[in-house]
Amino acid sequence: MTISPPPVAIRASRKVAELAPKVLKRSLWRDAVRRFRRNRLAMLGFVLLLCLLGMAIFAELLAPYDYGRVFLTLRSNTLPFVNPAHPLGLDGSSRDYLSRLIFGARTSMLVGLMVPLISFAIGVPLGALAGYVGGRFDFVVMRVVEVATAIPPLLFALFLLSIVGNGVWNVIAVLAVTAWIEPTRLTRAQFITYREQDFVLAARSLGAQPWRIIFVHILRNTISPLIVSFTFAVPLAIFAEAGLSFLGIGITEPTASWGKMVGSGIGNSIRVYYHIALFPTIMVALTMLSFSFVGDGLQEALDPQRPDSR
Amino acid sequence: MTRYILRRLVSLFFVMLVVSMIVFVLMNNIPGGPFSLGERGYTPDALANLERKYGLDKPLGERYLNFLVGAVQLDFGNSFAVAGNPPVTQVILRTWPVTLHVGLYTILVSFTLGITMGIISAYRRNSFIDNAVTFTATLGITLPNFIIATFLLLLFGYQNGWGAPNKWIIPPLWEGGPAILSQDYFLPVITYALAPLALVARYTRSSVSDALGADYVRTARAKGLSDRMVMMRHVLRNALIPMVTVLLPQIPNILTGSLFIEVVFGIPGLGKFFVTSIFSRDYPMIMGLVVLVAFFWGIMYLITDILYTLIDPRIRLGGGAGR
Repeated sequence: MTISPPPVAIRASRKVAELAPKVLKRSLWRDAVRRFRRNRLAMLGFVLLLCLLGMAIFAELLAPYDYGRVFLTLRSNTLPFVNPAHPLGLDGSSRDYLSRLIFGARTSMLVGLMVPLISFAIGVPLGALAGYVGGRFDFVVMRVVEVATAIPPLLFALFLLSIVGNGVWNVIAVLAVTAWIEPTRLTRAQFITYREQDFVLAARSLGAQPWRIIFVHILRNTISPLIVSFTFAVPLAIFAEAGLSFLGIGITEPTASWGKMVGSGIGNSIRVYYHIALFPTIMVALTMLSFSFVGDGLQEALDPQRPDSR
Repeated sequence: MTRYILRRLVSLFFVMLVVSMIVFVLMNNIPGGPFSLGERGYTPDALANLERKYGLDKPLGERYLNFLVGAVQLDFGNSFAVAGNPPVTQVILRTWPVTLHVGLYTILVSFTLGITMGIISAYRRNSFIDNAVTFTATLGITLPNFIIATFLLLLFGYQNGWGAPNKWIIPPLWEGGPAILSQDYFLPVITYALAPLALVARYTRSSVSDALGADYVRTARAKGLSDRMVMMRHVLRNALIPMVTVLLPQIPNILTGSLFIEVVFGIPGLGKFFVTSIFSRDYPMIMGLVVLVAFFWGIMYLITDILYTLIDPRIRLGGGAGR
């Protein structure tokens, strides 16, 4: 018996098999990264975000002075671009404004990242369980959510802050208390849609444990909306912190917070000492812009249903 | 439908009960009562007398029951901190109309402008107008409103004395022309409208352009309908449904006012009052405001849900696994 060359069909399939690894490498994440990188606005936001994060992490190295250092010999409210030792001027307590702006990034980033982290750490498991288990547990969770949504979040945060007192970590805790509702709802809704789908049924009939279905099968499918919602939760938290500090509650004095800095800059003196309100405003705006660009980009990139035309 | 509404109202009642309980308990744990604040320095005897006068010496449970009995009759007691100790309901009746005025104008401006902008940019995608609208929308969503308020005041306001406290008068809605043209309203409404305007424009754009791409629009065009007919009969009507679901919930939010805008512009409205009453530990005011605002939101959400079914008969109320 001679070995004849394999029939065409088999050859073709072998060719497919050779190609297969390349095809398989195009995972969801790879596709997402590719789409994200082609999105110019998203990339701009991403680069900005990295800069801001760098500012927050390396504030000690970048800032020329300590954020709390008072220059007693100099006039307070020195305008920017006058004294080369203090390029952005001094604030009302004669502190170097550039340094305070750089340290302000740390406060904003800390609040902006910690609040969503905590609220997602509460909301995702809660929503997952409520959506997966259903029944009485779901009922209880949903009633709690209902009560929590009835209270205007900002008013409640303000109210809670007046109870627990000021400080960065108190602000984070209070904002997390009002922010866990969104991830809970989102995760629950996702779990309800996926709970009855075929791949879950298949896993269940293969004898998968509930925790395996929850974490391996369903959570993996809900991860992209969660990521997107996380990126949008960050600017919201930053906004809330800036707002509370702007009203004069929240972050206490020597700590630099952009919101508080804007708040201290408004009033009639703004017409002369414009820099006090202007610079932190620019920083807040840049931060919120970069996060929402990245959020928009991620939303487009992580949607596998989206026809990849570009 | 009636059963659904009744069920929602009952559930709203329980929600209100729990909300008021939580706030009441938390509030009474604020360090420092309403009379031990600041440098007033009451003697212990005077303090005890004051607390007795306002019923603060009674146990928490009894006070809460008293509050409940009053609240069902819309009586939240007398304010501790407002001069002359007027009843809370009276204070709210005085301050909410101001917030409502600003809110109504805000809704008017943001919804009309936003929908127009959204439709135009959906029709002329990637044109200059579209990009300008997208840019404004991004700005409106990302810039915190207290910052916009500050800079509008800086640019236009301070010269004319806008935004100064004590400046605000409460004109009737219409007195020789719409009050929006009065300087007092102009800046706050613009500031306040920017964020909802951005949202409205964004959602209108996306839902109108979705509808424009739909098969029934192509069919309508193919059978020779004029652009205007296609627009009114097919595009707008279908684009309305997704818009409503996103936009209607904005309304109760706007009508109860923004803390920041009221504080920055010195508007004597609900939000500003809430801040001052928290600072002065004005227990009856805090309770009254929270309960009323929560109740208002609850009712508005119920109305919104009912409106959905009227606009889109495919949506069924009640039942189902929930959203």
